[in-house]
Amino acid sequence: MEKFKNITAVAAPLPEVNVDTDKIIPKQYLKTIERTGLGKGLFSELRYNDDGTENEDFVLNKSQYRNAKILVAGDNFGCGSSREHAPWALLDYGIKVVISTSFADIFYNNCFKNGMLPIVLDETEVSLLMEETERGSNATLTVDLESQEITTSDGNKINFKIDKFLKHCLLNGLDDIALTLEKNSEIRSYEDKIKSQRPWV
Amino acid sequence: MSKSRTIYDKIWDDHLVNTNDDGTSLIYIDRHLVHEVTSPQAFEGLRMTKRKVRCPEKTLAVVDHNVPTTDRKNGIEDEESRIQVEALEKNCKEFGVEYFNELDIRQGIVHVVGPEQGFTLPGTTIMCGDSHTSTHGAFGALAMGIGTSEVEHILATQTLIQRKAKNFRVNVGGTAPDGVTAKDIILSIIGEIGAGGGTGSVIEYTGKAISDLSMEGRMTVCNMSIEGGARAGLIGPDEKTFSYIKDRPRSPKGDDFDRAVDYWNALNSDKDAYFDRDVYLDAAALPPVVTWGTSPEDVVSINGEVPDPEGIDDEIRKETKKSALEYMDLKPGTKIKDIELDVIFIGSCTNGRIEDLREVAKVVEGHHVNENLNAMIVPGSGLVKEQAINEGLDKIFMAAGFEWREPGCSMCLAMNPDKLLPGQRCASTSNRNFEGRQGFRGRTHLVSPAMAAAAAIAGRFVDVRDFVK
Ligand code: SF4
Repeated sequence: MEKFKNITAVAAPLPEVNVDTDKIIPKQYLKTIERTGLGKGLFSELRYNDDGTENEDFVLNKSQYRNAKILVAGDNFGCGSSREHAPWALLDYGIKVVISTSFADIFYNNCFKNGMLPIVLDETEVSLLMEETERGSNATLTVDLESQEITTSDGNKINFKIDKFLKHCLLNGLDDIALTLEKNSEIRSYEDKIKSQRPWV
Repeated sequence: MSKSRTIYDKIWDDHLVNTNDDGTSLIYIDRHLVHEVTSPQAFEGLRMTKRKVRCPEKTLAVVDHNVPTTDRKNGIEDEESRIQVEALEKNCKEFGVEYFNELDIRQGIVHVVGPEQGFTLPGTTIMCGDSHTSTHGAFGALAMGIGTSEVEHILATQTLIQRKAKNFRVNVGGTAPDGVTAKDIILSIIGEIGAGGGTGSVIEYTGKAISDLSMEGRMTVCNMSIEGGARAGLIGPDEKTFSYIKDRPRSPKGDDFDRAVDYWNALNSDKDAYFDRDVYLDAAALPPVVTWGTSPEDVVSINGEVPDPEGIDDEIRKETKKSALEYMDLKPGTKIKDIELDVIFIGSCTNGRIEDLREVAKVVEGHHVNENLNAMIVPGSGLVKEQAINEGLDKIFMAAGFEWREPGCSMCLAMNPDKLLPGQRCASTSNRNFEGRQGFRGRTHLVSPAMAAAAAIAGRFVDVRDFVK
């Protein structure tokens, strides 16, 4: 997995609650057997008109947000389906950080498996950043994982919380499976125990 | 561990392989269900790292999302769907995983198949790369949806890295009136707690109205836990649970079964167990409900009207709900009963089981589907279909003008050819009314099977309680 350390980029606003993973990446893109190439389908039902041209009103199609790598969104972002295609699509498009007041659990987890950073802030902080994004390409945010700090272009700082283990994995780009396989003997002794205690399992 | 514990606490404790100082834990996974959409990249990952499936016998795979619901003997026409289905078949063969293909009578929606096969057992941990894995919680199992990276993690290690979630109890007391079903109960709960209300929690459903439910009804409730944001939903096992499980192909037999029942009985939450949050609902006061918007939290009584978002304080929420109304082409104040429909979809892992089909048959027998709409019934599995045929339900459906299809996810997410056309309005027994979920620009109203059946006859929403009178 790719490491995540820090990023300085334009942030785009998505002032909407309950942005679901069907909206992030509609089902027609789920037929792939690859992880890559999903960026073209990101928010496709909002991003494109019926004739396939770009919908000018959609935030990521506006010139000032074309290079956005950070999204600032409403509450309960990423709800619904467990499809990891949602973070894959965001990442493939170039978005590495999503900031919201809350995330659906599965989406939140999925981000960390792909070197993406979802950040939970309180309502005031999210509205502040939402306002900041209004300044378009003139306003970049810097997100630093090590110091757990977001810095606006005016130098204002906001701290964020993050689970120690997840932070460690993200900073070092660690492979979960390899980490777990180091505990193979513990897994094996658990399996032995269960064989006698709950043989029907 | 003498402390009082919830059923979630107990299952968690019994599956801990290891806990770090910071609370990050490795939990053992007893059962892993696999389908074609969220697994190809996981198997590919195993191949790339030269890893094996650690416990193929604890893994069961089935195709459901992509399969057409019309005759399948000639294969799948859509090329991408076919490739995905073939990939699953090939992966299962290569890694030694049992697989039900689209012509197998045991094939169906993964969350219908698991319980049917006795693969789903109380007190087990059950994972699947699918958010509605919460369904299996109806048996008192800890069942969660996961992403593809975690699918790969389980395939390789039979474990998952997790932190413990909070305990959230939803107590539904009283007796649900006739015509108010499991679907109305869970939609009402989501309406109450909101689509993100259960985030970070495992919900345990308790109370008389929950224990009154059949296993099918309990599965409907647990199925939609994810629509309330919860990691999982759970219902303590009881006699109904045990008799459902007994004699299923994969369930424990003989002495093992008796021993298992003792263990299962002891799983129920202790009387004074601690819950981080409690919500109470009185089932006796619930009406049949319908969703009006594009989030499952947008719930309203069949006798109500489309609400006016202007009253919402939070700006972002207000704007979201206004755009939902625009998408749904509805105006505040419109009576729900005045909403006319184009399509009726009965099926999905929420309501595609035999009891759901019986409910539908009860309502539609001797009636005919309204001439202005198309109505389709998609059984949740081949075995559900067979059972319905044995009971003669298929004849009732076809006489009433319903299309009677082959099992699969179908129009619940419209990955196969069953789709709404832009602008079409559907009463659906599925679980998500998201924009475009049932087809690009399609409009979905979530309801119970009985309500969908009544709407199919009337051509618009009606109170099923008036209808059957
Ligand atoms: S029926 Fe719908 S919700 Fe259930 S597994 Fe299939 S697509 Fe998912």
